[in-house]
Amino acid sequence: MLVHLRNPSRDVEVAGPIRIQRLLDDLGINRESVIVIRDGELVPGDAKLPDDADIEIRPVISGGAA
Amino acid sequence: MKCRVCRGPAVIDLPAHNANFCVEHFVAFCRSQVAKAIHEFRMLAPDDRVLVAVSGGKDSLALWDILLDLGYEADGFVIGLGIGEYSETSTAYARSFAEARGAKLIEVDLRADHGFDVPTAAAETKRPACSACGLSKRHLFDRAALEGGHAAVATGHNLDDEAAVLFGNTLRWNTEYLARQRPILPERDGFPRKIKPLVRLGEREMAAYCVVRGIDYIVEECPMAAGNKHLTYKDALNLVELESPGSKHAFYHQFLRRAADSFDAETTAHDGNRCSRCDAPSANEICAFCALVERCAPPAEVPIDLRARSSR
Repeated sequence: MLVHLRNPSRDVEVAGPIRIQRLLDDLGINRESVIVIRDGELVPGDAKLPDDADIEIRPVISGGAA
Repeated sequence: MKCRVCRGPAVIDLPAHNANFCVEHFVAFCRSQVAKAIHEFRMLAPDDRVLVAVSGGKDSLALWDILLDLGYEADGFVIGLGIGEYSETSTAYARSFAEARGAKLIEVDLRADHGFDVPTAAAETKRPACSACGLSKRHLFDRAALEGGHAAVATGHNLDDEAAVLFGNTLRWNTEYLARQRPILPERDGFPRKIKPLVRLGEREMAAYCVVRGIDYIVEECPMAAGNKHLTYKDALNLVELESPGSKHAFYHQFLRRAADSFDAETTAHDGNRCSRCDAPSANEICAFCALVERCAPPAEVPIDLRARSSR
């Protein structure tokens, strides 16, 4: 699974399937500080992402990093 | 995860509200929170014209969108700050939104209209760029609202912004700042009314709102804001929020309810003086913005014959 991160912009490969909360925990990201987007739509917090997913983890804190 | 309202599939969970929402009811939730803030703090009358301070970021565009949907006559105001590609992209998002919504966008460019930009001001004053940027924004927003006959200037400060500022001011007991930390500052002494209608919504909600509404905004942060200590406060508060949802809301809104009045005596009254150059309210003969313009102005052209003489 390809994960796009911002500020700075970078991509990481993560093995799926995986739940959003587990993914954020593994990446050390506080869920309060990001939203997760797939194909232009919000991904709910309990979603399980397949191995072929392509997602963006977008920081929401002004000036923050993810 | 099901929507609290319709029991359909939810797209977002909001632990602070113990609720999940589908797209339709999340948008309705955001609008209702803004309407509630406007009503609770008496920010606007139904027929008030409002000037939205637009940056091209998520908060100001979401605020503009919601105010329009609530039926307010809301014009946007954007300032070209001269921070390279960042400023160009930010302004482009503001223009794009205005065009899509058929809304009026007023534009001012610091370099073209006032002879300097934020990086130049930061270098000249040897102070953080955020200082000159904030000073310029406050001055130009106030002037635009007064000239345009707007009842209020609305800014996109959200709950996270206000909680972080409150956290910083409380850590150091900056009582004069605490006295001013209200979601509404009434019109006074030549300053227009200032309102913050997003104080019931956090940053995560505003980013999610833009995504579900299809509003493109600048995600990259201002390259000159690095090291801003409010970011540290936001991170700290988000760690608390993760363990105890609703803490940011309680911290800020209980401050307003239980403590803010205690600091009223700390407010410094303006003495009614005016800037001799632009007529803005100012404690000094020239206001801080005009002083900045003067400081950043290029040196006057030296006549050629004097230059030749001085080089001997």
